[in-house]
Amino acid sequence: MRTITYREAVREAIREEMNRDPNVYMMGEDIGVYGGAFGVSRGLLEEFGPERIRDTPISEAAIVGAAAGSAVTGMRPIAELQFSDFITIGMDQLVNQAAKMRYMFGGKAKVPMVVRTPSGGGTGAAAQHSQSLEAWVAHVPGLKVVQPSTAYDVKGLLKAAVRDDNPVVFYEHKLLYNTKGRVPEEDYVIPLGKADVKREGRDVTVVATAMMVHKALKAAETLEKEGISVEVVDPRTLVPLDKETIVQSVIKTGRCVVVHEAVKRGGYGGEIVSTIVESEAFDYLDAPIQRVAGREVPMPFSTHLEQYVIPSEDNIVAAIRDVMV
Amino acid sequence: MKAQSALPDERLPELLEQMWLIRYFDEKIDEMFAKGLIHGTTHLYVGQEAVAVGACADLTDDDYITSTHRGHGHCIAKGADVNKMMAEILGKETGYCKGKGGSMHIADVSTGNLGANGIVGGGIPIATGAALTLHMQKRDNVVLCFFGDGAANEGSFHESLNLAAIWKLPVVFICENNQYGMSGSVKDMFAIADIAERGAAYGIPGTVVDGNDLFDVYASVKEAIARAKAGEGPTLIECKTYRWKGHSKSDAKKYRTREEEKEWRAKDPIRRLETHLKESGQMEEGDLRRIESAAQQKIEDAVKFAEESERPNPEEIEQDVYA
Ligand SMILES: Cc1ncc(C[n+]2csc(CCOP(=O)(O)OP(=O)(O)O)c2C)c(N)n1
Repeated sequence: MRTITYREAVREAIREEMNRDPNVYMMGEDIGVYGGAFGVSRGLLEEFGPERIRDTPISEAAIVGAAAGSAVTGMRPIAELQFSDFITIGMDQLVNQAAKMRYMFGGKAKVPMVVRTPSGGGTGAAAQHSQSLEAWVAHVPGLKVVQPSTAYDVKGLLKAAVRDDNPVVFYEHKLLYNTKGRVPEEDYVIPLGKADVKREGRDVTVVATAMMVHKALKAAETLEKEGISVEVVDPRTLVPLDKETIVQSVIKTGRCVVVHEAVKRGGYGGEIVSTIVESEAFDYLDAPIQRVAGREVPMPFSTHLEQYVIPSEDNIVAAIRDVMV
Repeated sequence: MKAQSALPDERLPELLEQMWLIRYFDEKIDEMFAKGLIHGTTHLYVGQEAVAVGACADLTDDDYITSTHRGHGHCIAKGADVNKMMAEILGKETGYCKGKGGSMHIADVSTGNLGANGIVGGGIPIATGAALTLHMQKRDNVVLCFFGDGAANEGSFHESLNLAAIWKLPVVFICENNQYGMSGSVKDMFAIADIAERGAAYGIPGTVVDGNDLFDVYASVKEAIARAKAGEGPTLIECKTYRWKGHSKSDAKKYRTREEEKEWRAKDPIRRLETHLKESGQMEEGDLRRIESAAQQKIEDAVKFAEESERPNPEEIEQDVYA
């Protein structure tokens, strides 16, 4: 199997889906000759031309809404928002229009669109370019939400998202674009709603998303040296959520730490904790579940401060030690 | 150079120095970025100096501005201290925002600077709201709202112009048409020739000015300010200019040619003002170079100040989330 970057994996998924289905197209700001703010669509304009790799004006409400309008009438748009923070400008079209069309229309329509967007902090881009707002969209019935952590996952999940008949918000983490992973050459699809056990362990389950999967894996290695065996579960999609895999893991280990980069208050971690507490895993818990998440502040600019806002490997190690006692 | 009589000659040395300050500030940022001394991202104003300086020339601390992600020029023209700006960009405690804002968020409400903005079009409704305050409190002041050509395609632009127009608010909308929104050329992103035409859609005047000509910018903005203060409402001013540098640090500029860049560099707003000063006999080469090196020295001092400043204390991380 080849090793490619997360960025290349996203690009391959787009290219393959566009080749497979003439109704799939891409639109967004600076995706053409510029190749996208994070270089994801580099080369696609040359390959597919400006009809299918459509540069838009800076108009997020129009981008999201036009994607919905074109999806409900037979196309399968992949819309790129340059930073996930700007989803707020397209929020009415996403939340009040795209998410609800099918239901409000009595099931007589489908809205097969994907909104791809880079999220997360750690780049020194400050408060308006660093947020993790996935819990906002996960709250809305009618939207699916994906948060892949590896090159393999991002390709398989993006293909599934493009083929899905619902609006899907697809979060790519900025710091993951340059990470590499093994990705098969042949076509594969990872079904939405299927978690992945990134590392098996006996003593404690860590449920982590996006960038935090990698920090959790490092924490697991550190703790292994002390004889603590950590299982790392990556839900990969928040909606639908693979409750079964999470619950079974917690039943096995009896302990759980939930980790995400987004601010803790109102974050998706609360949903995961509730899911566990409401399940049969509750009876197996040997310690209260801990959450490790972003500090409840807007992202500060200074790197010196930023590093205290985003959960670190040390924070995860500490939380695991906490639940082990 | 039309309408140069509107701008008193004695103001020119001071305004020229401001333009050089902006030029050297951003050239310095560019250099430090390349050396890895600055993190995050920055957007440079080089080439557009006449817009900020011409527009802000008559403002007081009681007038407001809103700025953009490309905000260093507006900030300096509004009278900001370059030491505190540089400290902010280096993420230091002594910066305007205590290191929490950075390049895209420098603000100083006490001197009427309502902030740079990381959201394209984000400042336009804010400016409108500030003008509403001036209107409701019957203050004899004005708001200048800076934004790019790209921002003129956001909904916030259209909704704000309409609101300001129907309520006759004292705000001047200054569109800096530097020909590109990131890689999007105005030729591809607009089906009209001049963004100023959009004023008509909201029943307000729309004027095109040469954004590389300090006198032209000054005269048009002065007229718009007078109109705003007389209770006649907003004006849309489109300043045609050019950003010399890439959009941000990671821009290969594949969307434009070197010839085009050269053409615009030949229209350097600073050199133009200098030529005028020399040809009109107001200044000699030596005076001009003294102004330039004074500005350059201030920027070197600002770097020193910033470098010697303390980093913010992590214990203050939760400070200022709420009042
Ligand atoms: C709402 C929003 N969309 C997209 C971006 C990304 N972005 C930052 S600056 C920029 C270009 C802005 O162009 P323009 O308004 O013309 O200003 P200029 O950069 O030319 O000064 C883009 C697309 C953003 N920051 N905010």
